[in-house]
Amino acid sequence: MKTVVNYFRSLMLWELLIGMRLTGRYFFAKKITVQYPEEKTPQSPRFRGLHALRRYPNGEERCIACKLCEAVCPALAITIESEQRADGTRRTTLYDIDLFKCIYCGFCEESCPVDSIVETRIFEYHFEKRGENIMHKQDLLAVGDKNEKQIAADRAQDAAYR
Amino acid sequence: MPEIFLILAKITLIVVPIMLSVAYLTLAERKVIGYIQVRIGPNRVGPRGLLQPIADGLKLLMKEIIVPSNANRFLFIAAPILALAPALAAWAVIPFSDGMVLADIDAGLLYILALTSMGVYGIIIAGWASNSKYAFLGALRSAAQVVSYEIAMGFALVGVLLAAGSLNLGAIVTAQQGGILHWFWLPLLPLFLVYFISGVAETNRAPFDVAEGESEIVAGFHVEYSGMTFALFFLAEYANMILVAALVALMFCGGWLSPFQGIPVLEGVFAWVPGLVWLLAKMAFFLFLFLWFRATFPRYRYDQIMRLGWKVFIPITIVWLVVVAGAVLAHLGPWFA
Repeated sequence: MKTVVNYFRSLMLWELLIGMRLTGRYFFAKKITVQYPEEKTPQSPRFRGLHALRRYPNGEERCIACKLCEAVCPALAITIESEQRADGTRRTTLYDIDLFKCIYCGFCEESCPVDSIVETRIFEYHFEKRGENIMHKQDLLAVGDKNEKQIAADRAQDAAYR
Repeated sequence: MPEIFLILAKITLIVVPIMLSVAYLTLAERKVIGYIQVRIGPNRVGPRGLLQPIADGLKLLMKEIIVPSNANRFLFIAAPILALAPALAAWAVIPFSDGMVLADIDAGLLYILALTSMGVYGIIIAGWASNSKYAFLGALRSAAQVVSYEIAMGFALVGVLLAAGSLNLGAIVTAQQGGILHWFWLPLLPLFLVYFISGVAETNRAPFDVAEGESEIVAGFHVEYSGMTFALFFLAEYANMILVAALVALMFCGGWLSPFQGIPVLEGVFAWVPGLVWLLAKMAFFLFLFLWFRATFPRYRYDQIMRLGWKVFIPITIVWLVVVAGAVLAHLGPWFA
């Protein structure tokens, strides 16, 4: 008896109709599309986007060329050279990040003892020429200077969990 | 001489709206599938994305036509034309309303049968001429599938022919006169379902799209095509969809007849609506079903397609042919009186 019922059900396309009822219901469901340039999804303060080098409030750059970030970087995206400055402190002469190699893991930021290298919330950027993918020290510092407020606020919000 | 111009004008009047509906059917497809997947679909080009098909068309027109090395150049270019031409030529015998038909021939149904099966040549030639294994596999699949479903489709049409007693599409519609229950979908219900499902298979649409099978054999028979040659295949597929929708509407759902015929008040209220509008409404409904199917069903496995065609559809149609023949002989009910 059961096989007969099943046979007639499949002949009447019963299961197909059930499936179509389901998709038909979703046709009228509220759409979840985010209209990207106009609307944006909320961002976490831990968002790992474009890198920046920070400064102390007195304008002195934080980075002391300890090269921990260079060592920890799993993609070998960071290149650092350093020398002693006239006042006896060690500073970087070269701090390059290759954004093509970078995997945005955030290890550089975690390893930094002076909170110098950070990853910001910026993710909408592009390159127009070959070579622009390598961020030099002055580019990174410029990003940091421009977004210091946001960077500091994000670090402060996350400080309790570090 | 002026008669030729009249015919040419009529052809333009049919082909241009078909091309436009093909263009907007692609947009409708993307929108409907988007909505079913809880997205909103294209909405950037023009208001609510209404210019999207034009942008797509322009893009394809600008693109380079790449002919693969070792491909048969002549057949490679001829194939898309062979695919599109029958899809458009079949429209010659479609009556849009009472008497609104380009060629009012008595063997209309035969002509339709012949032309809809011609489309597969375009696909086979495309697959062969591309000199590519994916295209070849796609073409083989498509050929086998279209040939198997052709039979069930033909039998379903024989049922219509028995019921209407004519091969003329206009006469078939007028034979369904008398209200929604007099249309052939009711006495020929199994044939109606078989015909529509075979129509989906015949046009290589999901869930019968193994010929394209983007997840298995890239794009099937048209992997190697680009630019306008690809656009022609696209046009052919969608023109065929519209054609199948029109044929189902004509043969099983009363064509241009009003669904309110025979219902006391509504018949009078809707008497002013021209028949063309009813036909278009029915076609739109079936086209929506095409899109709905694509958004709902996963692709059939190849051997299951063959099983469905040969072991299910053909026996059903044969059995129902006998039933219909008996009903016609017995002058049964309101349909065959």
